[in-house]
Amino acid sequence: MNWQWIFLMAWRDSRRSRSRLFLYVTSIVLGISAFVAMDTFKTNLNSDIDAQAAGLLGADLELSSRTAPQKETRNFIDSIAKHSSAMAKEERFVSMLRFAKSGESRLIQVRGLSAGYPFYGDVQSEPQHVLNALSDRSQIVLDNELMLQFQAEIGDSVQLGNQTFHIAGKLMKMAGRTGFASSMAPSAFLSLEAMQATGLKQAGSRVDYFYYFKLPSSFPIADFAQHHEERLERYQLSSATVASTKANTGRSFADVTRFMQLVGFAALLLGAIGISSSVHVYVQEKMMTVATLRCLGASAKKTFAVFFVQFAVIGTFAGTIGAVLGSLLQYLLPTLLQEFVPVNLSAAISWAAIVQGIVLGLGIAILFAALPLTSIRKVSPLNTLRVARDTAPLLKDPLRLAIIALIVLCLTLFARLQLEDWKQTIFFVIGIALTFGALYGTARGLMFMVSRFFPQQWPYVWRQGLANLFRPQNQTTVVILATGFGTALIATLSFVQEMLLKRVELGNAQGQANVVLFDIQPAQREALKSLMLNEKMPVMEEVPIVTLQILRINGHDLPAVIADSTLGYSARAFRGEIRATYRDSLADSETLVGGEWVGQVQPKDTAQVSLEEGYAERIGVKVGDTLLLNVQGLPIPAQVSSLRRVDWNRFQTNFRMVLAKGSLERAPQFFVLMTKAPDEAASANLQRKVVREFPNVSVIDLHSLIATLGEILNQIGAVIRFIGSFSILTGIVVLFASLMISKYQRLNEYVLLRTIGASKRQIGQILLAEYLFLGFFSAITGLGIAIAATNTLAIYVFEATFIPSAVVVTGFLLAVVVVCVVIGVFNSLSSLNKPTLEILREN
Amino acid sequence: MSKAILRVRNVTKSYGVGESAVTVLRDIDFSVAEGTSLAIVGPSGSGKTTLLGLCAGLDQSTSGDILLNDIALNGLHEDKLAAVRNAYVGFIFQNFQLLPTLTALENVMVPLELRGVRNNKKTALELLEKVGLGHRSSHYPSQLSGGEQQRVALARAFANRPKILFADEPTGNLDAETGELVEQLLFDLNRSAGTTLILVTHDLELANKTDRVLSLKGGVMV
Repeated sequence: MNWQWIFLMAWRDSRRSRSRLFLYVTSIVLGISAFVAMDTFKTNLNSDIDAQAAGLLGADLELSSRTAPQKETRNFIDSIAKHSSAMAKEERFVSMLRFAKSGESRLIQVRGLSAGYPFYGDVQSEPQHVLNALSDRSQIVLDNELMLQFQAEIGDSVQLGNQTFHIAGKLMKMAGRTGFASSMAPSAFLSLEAMQATGLKQAGSRVDYFYYFKLPSSFPIADFAQHHEERLERYQLSSATVASTKANTGRSFADVTRFMQLVGFAALLLGAIGISSSVHVYVQEKMMTVATLRCLGASAKKTFAVFFVQFAVIGTFAGTIGAVLGSLLQYLLPTLLQEFVPVNLSAAISWAAIVQGIVLGLGIAILFAALPLTSIRKVSPLNTLRVARDTAPLLKDPLRLAIIALIVLCLTLFARLQLEDWKQTIFFVIGIALTFGALYGTARGLMFMVSRFFPQQWPYVWRQGLANLFRPQNQTTVVILATGFGTALIATLSFVQEMLLKRVELGNAQGQANVVLFDIQPAQREALKSLMLNEKMPVMEEVPIVTLQILRINGHDLPAVIADSTLGYSARAFRGEIRATYRDSLADSETLVGGEWVGQVQPKDTAQVSLEEGYAERIGVKVGDTLLLNVQGLPIPAQVSSLRRVDWNRFQTNFRMVLAKGSLERAPQFFVLMTKAPDEAASANLQRKVVREFPNVSVIDLHSLIATLGEILNQIGAVIRFIGSFSILTGIVVLFASLMISKYQRLNEYVLLRTIGASKRQIGQILLAEYLFLGFFSAITGLGIAIAATNTLAIYVFEATFIPSAVVVTGFLLAVVVVCVVIGVFNSLSSLNKPTLEILREN
Repeated sequence: MSKAILRVRNVTKSYGVGESAVTVLRDIDFSVAEGTSLAIVGPSGSGKTTLLGLCAGLDQSTSGDILLNDIALNGLHEDKLAAVRNAYVGFIFQNFQLLPTLTALENVMVPLELRGVRNNKKTALELLEKVGLGHRSSHYPSQLSGGEQQRVALARAFANRPKILFADEPTGNLDAETGELVEQLLFDLNRSAGTTLILVTHDLELANKTDRVLSLKGGVMV
């Protein structure tokens, strides 16, 4: 083949249609830029995690336990401490913090630290090195977010338990903590000694213990967990090293970046379909050029190559623009995502991502343009004498079938690169295929139905607008695909957010409790109940809580379970404390799924236990198994009598383990009280009084939970919307491009209509009717897909039901129709403002 | 007698199959000697353009043989036909069929480029000069009048020194004065190049300027 001539002809032919070719290019530019930005972000994040790994943990080794370490455990910890150049301890629990100045209070995480931690990583605080001030037991350091929320200032007083502290400073950043976590669950830092003085750490308090070690490089840290596996299990300790933290952090964010890349991928796919559709129209227009070239002696391969080269070049061009744009965009991402990431994000160019972007642009353009371009091979030179379009049906041309197979294969492989495994890949590909299939089916169905049941009696302009939907060279399919896909994406995000918020709000509306008070000592119970009644708030639930531990399962203790894995019990069963309750009946949120519910036992009977089904499965226990429970030092034998399914989504106390009444009454216990506050002010008032009079009692109210959840969803939603906007913008570009192309096709017709007397108003009405129908059906299909997708998520992920709000659905419908009509009508009308003769001459 | 450049033997062309088949040409049989001219005339729908398409290798006959410069066109692969067209055939169309994205000069250069001829710009410019459009070589077809476009098409048709030139209603889209100018040019160029000319026309006056007239009616020679 004479490639020189092919390139020359490709260049010549493109000269007069470069603006249109550029329009095709823009369809994939945004998708590529999204992909390159996300890929670069991923590369940078991984190198940031690598570089700042030690700072993520703040130490070389962290050991943690959910129970106070026993002698053997302490000895093990001490043995490691001997090898360390430094060691620090931390204890954590949740409690209420009261701001003296405003009287307001909030549930926070209390972190008692010994001096020295963190050994590595940045601590940004005001004043600097403020953690050193904690040696003064009257000082406390608060998260900056907490200070901002309560407008507190350094030097202000706060009450924690029995003690009043002065705020020594605020913490902006510390090892392994994200800004997002700090604002959702803020912390207060104080010394371990000061923590003891608060009186909050009592029997039954849930405290987590951490031990941090700074180790010499000679210490064999790499295989620490493996080497000490048996002892870590036995002592119920979890370990984290720099390497494991690095891997875990990388893994968590891999999911996020993967999601972002998939959204970019969806945008790319949408752009690819846009290209394919545009090329289809382009080829139709080039039929005569192709026929003439064939007449003059160019072979089918040569003429195909001329146009193929054009799209290969513009694909490379699109890839390059997309890669440059993506590389610039990723400089924005750290600002947007820093809140969620525990390392300092950097932005740097990734050449690998740029090359991938360019290759992607070239690949997509070639693959998706090739399909419509194949028809060039079939153009007969006879077209120069008379139009004789003779295109083979799509499925009868082997080359076309091969290209379709190649497209599916490439897309699947590309999706596999973004996803974890083949199962996910296949689900994703099927999901995408179903979405596009539904949109394509709607478009084809619409065209069929409109032509089949055409309303002959409608007024002319409406008939003409409606007929535009199915006439040759219509844009129905591409407009419905582009607009419907964008609508489906943005509506799904919005619906999921709506569903999550509504579910929490529902709990508030249905006369259920909306304030929960916990960590109540038996002696405080009556006084608190009176306080609630004085505030005219009913006591809706009063639940005793006993902390206990499993010592043996069917006679096997932890060492036996570790030694013999064939027993089938999980070592996790013995780990940490369980918060259990006792009662004589099932709660509203529970369903019996196995065994027999035993509500009452006599004091001398074996205690009867009901386990939550998932928990029982995880630890390998069945109905009829015996357990030996350690209740605050007292061994109590028990038998598993039933399994329950629990609806964890309700705002009420739910338990993994419930004992029959009569089993635990004499054990040390504390209580949870639940009430319903009529409004936020009443809830805040109750909180203030409770914290002032009962400083060890913690309060959660549903109002603040809803507010927090709303904030979380808004923050995450903002990120998702930003990423999703690539798909939506691509949809708009594709829509715009397809309308521009249809404009060229329709222009002659509208000019003809004007020549024979149609007014600009009538043509406007025809356009309005056409885009009204297109917008309406795109929106309906997109919303249908979004509702189906949200319901799938509701059923399989959130275990909830979802009914979309009529207002939101109508809002979406109107917005999509308006966008479609505005872009469509104004795009076409602008050309009709020119005099008719001028357009006739131009064409 | 000179050699026959085109031989058409019992050619029939039908579209469709079975009962729905329509025969547009039936048993057409004629030869055209090298360097002569032939006009195909007849009313609309008589099969003139179909016959031209078959003779030029743009379409395949249903039965019968067509030999162009002793090459049997029947059953020849489309790419081979393209090579034959490039080597021996020139075309003039009623609608000019210039490539709209190429300038006048580039349009004339295309047949030469396809043949791999080097320094083709000079040849193309000379041809444009011959049709009086040397000064408009850089103009695009949309910037030229109908007559000018057909003159560029003439220059292009002669660019590869064809042995035979097929013209489909070459003056059909032109006014009388311009049409006459194009006719003149066509015959002049044809004579000086010694090319065989086969033209399809409604215009009997134009037909009578050729060496021979072939009349068609209802798909048969009359």
